Amino acid sequence: MTPPLVTFNQPHPFPGKLIIVEGIDGSGKSTQVLLLQKWLTSKGYNVFFTEWNSSELVRETTRRGKKNKSLTPTTFSLLHATDFANRLYYDILPPLKAGMVVLADRYAYTAFARDAVRGVSPPWVRKLYGFAIRPDMAFYFKVPIEVAINRLLGGMRAQFKYYEAGMDMGLSQDMTESFRIFQARILLEYDKIVSEYGLITMDATKEIEEQQNDMRQLVSTALEHYKPKRGTHGKRETVFWRRFAVPKSE
Amino acid sequence: MENARQYFGDGLPYQNLNELKGKLIAIEGTDGVGRSTHIEMLQEWLEVQGYGVVTTGWTRSNLMSKTIEMAKQGNILDRWSFSLLYATDFADRLEHQIIPALRSGFIVLADRYIYTAFARDFVRSGDRTWIRDVLGFAVIPDLVCYLRIDVDTLALRVIETKGMNFWESGMDLRLGGDLYDSFKKYQGLLIEEFDKMAEEFTFEVVDARKPPEEIQEALRLKIEPLLKNGRAQLAPAGTGSPVKESATAPPAS
Repeated sequence: MTPPLVTFNQPHPFPGKLIIVEGIDGSGKSTQVLLLQKWLTSKGYNVFFTEWNSSELVRETTRRGKKNKSLTPTTFSLLHATDFANRLYYDILPPLKAGMVVLADRYAYTAFARDAVRGVSPPWVRKLYGFAIRPDMAFYFKVPIEVAINRLLGGMRAQFKYYEAGMDMGLSQDMTESFRIFQARILLEYDKIVSEYGLITMDATKEIEEQQNDMRQLVSTALEHYKPKRGTHGKRETVFWRRFAVPKSE
Repeated sequence: MENARQYFGDGLPYQNLNELKGKLIAIEGTDGVGRSTHIEMLQEWLEVQGYGVVTTGWTRSNLMSKTIEMAKQGNILDRWSFSLLYATDFADRLEHQIIPALRSGFIVLADRYIYTAFARDFVRSGDRTWIRDVLGFAVIPDLVCYLRIDVDTLALRVIETKGMNFWESGMDLRLGGDLYDSFKKYQGLLIEEFDKMAEEFTFEVVDARKPPEEIQEALRLKIEPLLKNGRAQLAPAGTGSPVKESATAPPAS
């Protein structure tokens, strides 16, 4: 019943630390956050991990919408915000309040960039995420579009995801070309966001271990005065509390 | 005289509102006040006069209705997920039902509109700003009729008809020890907020304690001026549903 004291515009009051990574697909951010998690865990921190678009709710509903081709830029944006709200409540807030470290692969900035490119009003999407918690550290892995494409095509995945390539926007029939156009627009949005919210820009063309060393240096400085708290029981790394079930798509 | 159609807040940059020549009428009011019965009667009345009518109701979107149903059966949601699920449902209906119908010149009767979401979110959070920002993409209706009732009369009526349920009693808020106490407190808070909004957004208030035929008559009186203004531009009845999606939607009842 009390108004939320926490807003996206000011630092959060919780004892834990929230560290997030941003960047386009193929920027290597997921690799970097995984390595950071390994390192923090080995240092004795209790670390929780959460990633964008990972609740069943959005996956199932998006699948249904995609099948009927009925998702609009606005419903697409709202579905992701719902997923985010749900993860914030169940996966992010409890460990932060308990004084633990939370790592997030993509955060609200992903919505600011993508949804604006899809056509919703940029001020609207920022207000939509007004309930989000401001991260303690936000890393942006900046990479030229061609490097990202080469990584995705030459790497383990060897294909683009439908929505990552913006295939729903009808930019091009060719998936690689569509990815290039769509993600280039997203890069422009990220540039605005970096200055607007003071994200830490990382050169994502460097070698993996080099980037990781830089990242660890920055994180250890930021955690200098942080007193980790940990329970005495075994740990679970992802799902914190049970979430509601969703209908399977017909 | 046609006023320019407007968004409530930050609108949809990719949708043009200029060609929406139909009329959008929202019927608001709390749970169990008789909205759907009156909408059915209004539809009949309008169709007899030759107007094309499309009805749309809360949580009836193709995209979200199942998801919301399941979410309600499962765990209790946090405030944001709760409101965002409804906002997504509303956006889907706005873009796939309401806007296309208005473009084709239909009269759209909306069983609840954004004001229901405003009231519910406010009761849960004490904050008015966020939900109003989120639903800024809504098209402002031509007319909002508010079926107003006091909570004592409402409680009796609901018990006599369908009975009280978990969500309409706001049991997720734990406002009272049992269903009845919780219902009274929760609905009382909603009505209080609706009353405030009635002034702020100039709803047409209809006394819902009166007999059904008097309520219906009052609603028709409020709607009539709207029809005279826009009569020439409205579509004739019987031209079918303007959108494929609404063909599979459950009937208004």
